[in-house]
Amino acid sequence: MAYNLKEVIAEKPSRFTSGHRMCAGCGAPVVGRMVLRALKKEDHAVISCATGCMEVSTFIYPYTSWTDSFIHTAFECAAANSAGAEAAYKSLKRQGKLPEDEHTKFITFGGDGGTYDIGLQSLSGAMERGHDMVYVCYDNGAYMNTGIQRSSATPKFADTTTTPAGTVIPGKMQARKDLSKIMVGHHIPYVAQTAPLSNFKDLYEKSEKAIYTEGPAFLNVLAPCPRGWGYPTDMLMDIIKLAVETCYWPLYEVIDGKYKINYKPKNKLPIEEFLKPQRRFKHMFKPGNEWMIEEFQKEVDSRWQELLDLEEITNRELNAE
Amino acid sequence: MGIRERLSGNEAAAIAMKQINPDVVAAFPITPSTEIPQYFSTFVNNGTVDTEFVAVESEHSAMTACIGAESAGARAMTATSANGLSLMWEMIYIASSLRLPIVMSLVNRAVSGPLNIHNDHSDAMGVRDSGWIMLFSENNQEAYDNLLMAHKIAEHKDVLLPLMVCQDGFITSHSIENIELLEDETVKAFVGTYKPEHYLLNRMEPIAIGPLDLQAYLFEHKYQQSVAMKNAKKVILDVAKEFEELTGRKYSFFEEYKLEDAEIAIVCMNSTAGTTKYVVDNLREKGIKAGLLKLRVFRPFPAEEIAKALSGLKAVAILDKADSLNSAGGALFEDVTSAMYVNKYQVTMCNYIYGIGGRDVSARDIESVYTDLQKIVSDGNLDNPYRYLGLREN
Repeated sequence: MAYNLKEVIAEKPSRFTSGHRMCAGCGAPVVGRMVLRALKKEDHAVISCATGCMEVSTFIYPYTSWTDSFIHTAFECAAANSAGAEAAYKSLKRQGKLPEDEHTKFITFGGDGGTYDIGLQSLSGAMERGHDMVYVCYDNGAYMNTGIQRSSATPKFADTTTTPAGTVIPGKMQARKDLSKIMVGHHIPYVAQTAPLSNFKDLYEKSEKAIYTEGPAFLNVLAPCPRGWGYPTDMLMDIIKLAVETCYWPLYEVIDGKYKINYKPKNKLPIEEFLKPQRRFKHMFKPGNEWMIEEFQKEVDSRWQELLDLEEITNRELNAE
Repeated sequence: MGIRERLSGNEAAAIAMKQINPDVVAAFPITPSTEIPQYFSTFVNNGTVDTEFVAVESEHSAMTACIGAESAGARAMTATSANGLSLMWEMIYIASSLRLPIVMSLVNRAVSGPLNIHNDHSDAMGVRDSGWIMLFSENNQEAYDNLLMAHKIAEHKDVLLPLMVCQDGFITSHSIENIELLEDETVKAFVGTYKPEHYLLNRMEPIAIGPLDLQAYLFEHKYQQSVAMKNAKKVILDVAKEFEELTGRKYSFFEEYKLEDAEIAIVCMNSTAGTTKYVVDNLREKGIKAGLLKLRVFRPFPAEEIAKALSGLKAVAILDKADSLNSAGGALFEDVTSAMYVNKYQVTMCNYIYGIGGRDVSARDIESVYTDLQKIVSDGNLDNPYRYLGLREN
């Protein structure tokens, strides 16, 4: 794609306006703004949002940060809200009750709580039924809105308020659920894992693909949380970079079942680089806890290898046909 | 003009939905309402309706998808029963708070637990304070008629509230009765097209729905719902009048059956009213002045009108097909007695919890209630107002 992201941004005003109450150094509003930037200027959007930080900080009556149409109902059902709105769109279009040449896109936002956990059923249903919509998970790896409780997206050993690093149990003892892969298992046309990294190219391009791919699409976007992760607010972009460079958060997309890893670090950084600046992993660096870092590294390595294998397998199968 | 047919209550509901031809239907199967989305899917797949049918993965998503669709500017409908409604519960409140005139066919069934698939009203009673208009139907004809009137009430600009049409699971949903249907075109003209004022798909006026609504505003917003519910009373009567002109079938808040000169009466809802009418007729032949008040509009609750209608009686039995498990009577009993007190009428009233989990309610059972009422009148004494009917005590 030959384009200049700076020019695109200059040309398209933000559809997610300032004045919201998200924290400084939070990844979620950065994600929201950039995803919406991928909309064609002339297209209207209906945005559905799960209860969570993003909803309660952007739409406090009587103010809203959203310039498109927006709906929030409850925590676990943002996908079903979009599904209903999309069904209405399809029906009204078919009946000639909406102009034929105007397009509305359906975009859903949910945190990892509203997506990996309480909203998984609603998400799965909407994806399986094939609604023409995009679900964007802004994954900050815990229930941040209620005060940093563990989720199934929380990485192993992380110190959260429901998995405190105690003297007997050192944080969360379970590994992270791989939601992107669960979405791939739905055999939907587009799944991608991305992050608001450096020049936003990866996030912007994947958002555009997700929005303009017909049928259901899923974006899993890393969105760090300064309060939950414990990093200085000005370190947001550095933390994201470290997540990618250590392969903790690989950037990849799965188009019609075919894996494509978008970035393979030449020198994969050791996981300590990602863990060290974060308060939630502080206890892992105490003498005697080296095993935790080792185990974490093993997990990252095996998942990265699995991804490399999947890329090879899915592309090989396609070539053999 | 009318078409004479023989249909089950579920078929009647599905035919009504076909004639209404909503833009979106989202539903999940649950006994005994399952047939409604089944029949309706046939209409969808045979191109008889314009509807987009969303075969959701749960009732929670059924109501959520209806909320999404109705917010988007579509007419959305669903059907459910019992635990299906329980699972929707969170969204039921949200639907009414967002002032979305979604219409639901509720085929009443006992809410678990333990699991039971048969009729009582515990599902409906669980959402009685949720801000939905609730209409009850004695038979298949009424289930059909109530659905035809539903959108005109719910979508009225002074109302804008969701509405559910209740009928008794199996008793009417699966019983085939004679029914008089309207022509498709007549229904279409009567129901009219849905023209929402604000909706998500209007790109000329983007809107935001469902805010975080804090201390400064929520109270006023809830009050607006209450005003809408009050407004619904007039609209319900206006629509009933229009419907009567079209069909000759008369509807109001309730039906007074031989109540005018009655000394003793029963108050009940749904199919039990049919059995009660039969008993009243028999008692009248014996010279016993028995009557019935069959409540159609449970929400909004026509308190003043009910109180007035019951004011001249000597004793009244209120039949609740759901136990409130509060040691002070069922929900209908509480509402009726409260209406009497507030309107300053002193009539002896007792409560019967009955028909729980599909326990059969025979004419003999109903007759025993009138016998009890006669005794209460002759003794001039009511020893226990909280009673059970048809409960096996050993």
